Amino acid sequence: MNDQASQNHGKNRRTTLLLSGLVVAMFGFGFAMVPLYNLFCEVTGTQSLSQRSEIGRVVATDESVDTSRWVTVKFDTTVHPNLPWAFDAMTQKLRVHPGKTYEVNFVARNRSNETVTGQAIPSVAPWQATPYFSKMDCFCFNRQTLKGTERADMPLQFMVSRDLPKEINSLTLSYSFMRLKESETETETPEIPNRIAVNAGE
Amino acid sequence: MSTTTMTHDEAHHHEAPKGWRRWLFSTNHKDIGTLYLLFALTMLFLGGASAMLIRLELFQPGIQLLDPDLYNNLVTNHALIMIFGAVMPAAAGLANWMIPMMIGAPDMALPRMNNLSFWVLPAAATMLILSFVVPFFPGGGTQINTGWTLYPPLSVQVGMSMDFLIFAIHLLGISSVLASINIIVTLLNMRAPGMTLLKMPMFCWTWLVTAFLLILVVPVLAGGVTMLLFDRHFGTSFFDAAGGGDPVLFQHLFWFFGHPEVYILLLPSIGVLSHVIPAFSRKPLFGYNSMVGAMLAVATIGMVVWAHHQYTVGMSLGAVTYFMIGTILISIPVGLMIFNFIATMWRGSMTFETPMLFAVGIVLMFTFGGLSGVMLAVVPADMQYHDSMFVVAHFHYVLMPGAVFGLFAGVFYWLPKWTGHMYDEKLGKIFFWINVISFNITFFPQHFLGLAGMPRRIVDYNVMFTEFNVISSVGAMIFGLSHLLFLYIVIKTIRGGKKAESRAWEGAKGLEWELDSPPAFHTWTVAPQIK
Repeated sequence: MNDQASQNHGKNRRTTLLLSGLVVAMFGFGFAMVPLYNLFCEVTGTQSLSQRSEIGRVVATDESVDTSRWVTVKFDTTVHPNLPWAFDAMTQKLRVHPGKTYEVNFVARNRSNETVTGQAIPSVAPWQATPYFSKMDCFCFNRQTLKGTERADMPLQFMVSRDLPKEINSLTLSYSFMRLKESETETETPEIPNRIAVNAGE
Repeated sequence: MSTTTMTHDEAHHHEAPKGWRRWLFSTNHKDIGTLYLLFALTMLFLGGASAMLIRLELFQPGIQLLDPDLYNNLVTNHALIMIFGAVMPAAAGLANWMIPMMIGAPDMALPRMNNLSFWVLPAAATMLILSFVVPFFPGGGTQINTGWTLYPPLSVQVGMSMDFLIFAIHLLGISSVLASINIIVTLLNMRAPGMTLLKMPMFCWTWLVTAFLLILVVPVLAGGVTMLLFDRHFGTSFFDAAGGGDPVLFQHLFWFFGHPEVYILLLPSIGVLSHVIPAFSRKPLFGYNSMVGAMLAVATIGMVVWAHHQYTVGMSLGAVTYFMIGTILISIPVGLMIFNFIATMWRGSMTFETPMLFAVGIVLMFTFGGLSGVMLAVVPADMQYHDSMFVVAHFHYVLMPGAVFGLFAGVFYWLPKWTGHMYDEKLGKIFFWINVISFNITFFPQHFLGLAGMPRRIVDYNVMFTEFNVISSVGAMIFGLSHLLFLYIVIKTIRGGKKAESRAWEGAKGLEWELDSPPAFHTWTVAPQIK
């Protein structure tokens, strides 16, 4: 028994160490998921909702206006809690013809006394409509800086592509305004890519 | 195994220490098994009480008893207490008691670690209870209104009770990882000579797979909640979109743990069934090898289908199709297990003592839960069912029969072995019938509620859902109270009863039945030879 006990002891020790290594590795795997997940989504396009660059990807083949069709576009705004702004759409809902360019206005107001820089992130619902919603000019292309208590109009020019699938007759454009860190504000870039801009600092 | 070593053993032979030291410093697998089971029973009543409060609130539309945050906190606690406090420790208790006796080992391989993995649990339970109590005090912050999935951004905004909960989850994770390592080491290294892996009792096999699953997924959950803690207090943005994070990442980390967790809860009970059904059918288990294979298949596929809990977050068509097909594939090995159980009963000389009643009930009701699971796996259908009461009905049909009834079957089956007394068969049968009937009254109507559109995790509901909710609540009260009868039966059996023979059931097979009932404090100090 003594022999077997000591033999077992060594065996148990080895197995225990091996399994503990597995535990540590899996704990690390959880953290490795953070960069891997982003990479995976970017490469495969699995997380289609996070692909802001998809917006307006389809350029209409036919430039003329389709007056026979109406599409309802709704506008929705959200302000992240860390940004002391009020942000509202002046037009809640608009009936549009595909192929025609429209302009709507948003208003942002800095509720604090300090200068703050923010960036608006667009998304389209239903997500299937995302590539067919083109923005000609948008305040979300740039960082927006408001001085203390300043108020600013933020215009958006957009067009819904004629190729929008027939079954979609209503879509929502949603903006989330987020605060940019001070360090990111200093480095001036003329235009931020259309996808999650706050990622650009990474 | 020579005679000299036996005298060596006898020289050091000692009886159970007396008093609280016996339990606090215990390194004996039977005592620790008992501790685990008692802890699980306590938590069962705590989790059951929170479920009964939830059902009381849902008895009528409108808000009567609980304010919405408290209601959602109870929903969170009910899930966490039942999963981490009741089912997993109960299964670990069965493992501690039975595995060494079944494989002819004198004890678990790492007895001191065994002690630690149990005694971490009461600390974790205290943290969990504190997380519930803290919001009642001034400055305690909001209640944990996230549900057990703890999704950010809400879980980042909850008050300090979330921090207690995060540490409770860390402790629970440490406990189950330590227990798993111990079980794997025991099963791999301590089997009696001659017992090859494929001669190992089925319960040991299910626990071997369960323990590996735990080691693979619990650390990932621990990592996920650690990131949550960092997001809350240390300015990181793992899950905050404004800082470049992604809240959906947490869902992936959570369900990478959460889905295999379902099999962690289920498999030990499948192991119990693989002993109970052959014993009361008086036939060997049908298709032992296919059973082992099916279980490995379930565990493997179960690791890679987690995102079927997140169909509605907006994954691409390719991703949801993969997760759908993978999920539906699991029904094949699970179906194989069920057919093996039916084939074991086929033309056996069956008798229906309480463990067998539970076993047959499981085969029937677990299959039902499995079928509604296939419905939920189908993406377009799930878009409708998602977060409705249908899901609640589904997972209670899977987890009550699949996990809890299996544990009841195991407790009734092995109680004579543990205590040396037969339990009161008549009371056992009464308990089974009340339990199973009230379970169905509680959860069957929830299918209809969900299909009609009643969402889950909401304190109030539309008046059109009243009737089914009344039925469900009445059932839940009976169901909850029926467990007092279980408590009574267990206490009565511990205190006395008909003396149990070493082979308490005539059809029972296995090494554990060759020991006395109750077994000596130390058993199999000389390993048996397996032919």
